[in-house]
Amino acid sequence: MALSQRILDMPLVRRSDALRSFVVATWLGWQIESNWADPFLFAVYSIVRPLASVLILVVMYAVITDSAFQDPMFAYIYLGNALYILVGMVITGVSWAIIDDREHYRVAKHLYTAPMNGYTYLFGRGVARLIIGTVSVLITIGFGIVVFDLPIRLSAVNWPLLISSTALGIAAIAGLGLIMGAWTMTMARHFWSVGDAVAGAMYLFSGAIFPLDTLPVWLRWIGFLLPVTYWLEAARRALLGPGAAGFTTLAFLSNQALLAILAGFTVVLLVGSAYFYRWALHTSKEKGLIDMESGY
Amino acid sequence: MLDQTRVYKASGLRLFWATMWARAYPRMVGAFRERSWMFFETILPVLAVAGYVFLYRAIQAPPEYVGFAVLGGAMTAFWLNVLWSMASQLYWDKDQGNLELYVVSPGPLMAVLLGMAVGGLVMTTTRATVIIVVCSLLFGVTYQISQPLLLAAVFIATMAALYGMGMLFASVFLVAGREAWHLSNLMQEPIYLASGFYFPVKAMGVWVATFASIIPLTLGLDAMRQLMFSSDPTLGFLSVPVELGILVVLAVLFITVAYFALARLEQVGRRQGRLIERRR
Repeated sequence: MALSQRILDMPLVRRSDALRSFVVATWLGWQIESNWADPFLFAVYSIVRPLASVLILVVMYAVITDSAFQDPMFAYIYLGNALYILVGMVITGVSWAIIDDREHYRVAKHLYTAPMNGYTYLFGRGVARLIIGTVSVLITIGFGIVVFDLPIRLSAVNWPLLISSTALGIAAIAGLGLIMGAWTMTMARHFWSVGDAVAGAMYLFSGAIFPLDTLPVWLRWIGFLLPVTYWLEAARRALLGPGAAGFTTLAFLSNQALLAILAGFTVVLLVGSAYFYRWALHTSKEKGLIDMESGY
Repeated sequence: MLDQTRVYKASGLRLFWATMWARAYPRMVGAFRERSWMFFETILPVLAVAGYVFLYRAIQAPPEYVGFAVLGGAMTAFWLNVLWSMASQLYWDKDQGNLELYVVSPGPLMAVLLGMAVGGLVMTTTRATVIIVVCSLLFGVTYQISQPLLLAAVFIATMAALYGMGMLFASVFLVAGREAWHLSNLMQEPIYLASGFYFPVKAMGVWVATFASIIPLTLGLDAMRQLMFSSDPTLGFLSVPVELGILVVLAVLFITVAYFALARLEQVGRRQGRLIERRR
């Protein structure tokens, strides 16, 4: 709590309910996700699971292509899957924060009677998952570079594109996660699966592990409506450099155009999520769902 | 006047049988009463399978690999059911206060576990069937089943071994406390990988495939693929009769070990007062 206490003591944070709620929620989320479990188990869980997930694709690819790991398609698949860890973590993370507070720890009513800002509280809970997800992404990509010789050279990475697209992409995904979380508040059933369903659908339609051209034409347009599609494309271009040019799906868009589209998605989703959260909070209070325990 | 009507009380095998069906009943009936669950329980695996199918198509895999992915995707329903509704179930029952009711009731805990398995098997078979039908229609998978009886025998042996393993896990997870959640999570993707859910397990190499054979779905899936698709027979890890024999041995082994483990862990739990503890 030492670091978060220092942040909480800052005058700006002390005066703002929103910032205070965000800092405390981030600290709380981190404690729940990491410190309460056995550190060894936590490490294995954060490393082994993502690596196993990407190795499934690696083996599938190796069986069919006779281990053609130098083909640009391999880097496309590997990087897409590695980066997508963040999407899954953030989108399901906020929904799970609601479920944890309401069903598992049964503290939802206490939280919402406290002088906190619920929107930034949820944002903070998502940040904890984001940190864990980032560790998993770095480990997975590092593993790919060492074991499969992924063509990523730190000196050749387009850092401005990577940092700006990732910041925008994560903010857009966080907005989507907050909408999912707020939606979870209004649900009496099936709330376990909302985040997973949306993350699963986006995994399929965003071209995470195969170019969008592989999808039937009547499904392809869905990918163009998802911010994740543009973030993954920009991140691949930034990390792989000229090696990414082989993928033609979004080749007609320049880097600037990708960033502009991402910025548009980010603004719409963040503003939309704030309004949606207000509506969802009101609805869940009205229907008596705010502290509901389903026993599932 | 005292009521002289004799109350029938089940005991022995009848009590075991009645307890088992009593525990299986809510799972079987619940699956059909709450039909909306079907949407999420089938749509999520279908999405995952679709991702793998399109990946196979993107790298121009032979068509039977699409079938391998569909079958593997359907089998994930059983593995997830074993992890979350068998292995973790007693931990959740403890959390909700049901476990102490099971323990103080005259019904044997082993019957409770078997009831969970039977109910879960019925519920999950329905879901797996839907996944196979939907994905087969969506992706045009064709099957060539020349030995349906052998296929049925492999499926039954796989399920007996798998749910026997689930019963054993339930006993172990009971003492794992709140880390049961993480253990279940940990045994998803790594097991999909080692057991070859989406590709022939032979691709993992002899040693990994041999070690992974302790998970009944490894050999069960391998045998079912050999019996359902007209792919190159050399893709199979072992011959079907050998895999069937190992699965039968695993089934007997897991159920026997689960019986003793449950008795032992119940005793330890009673002594240490862990059967009724709730740590959040």
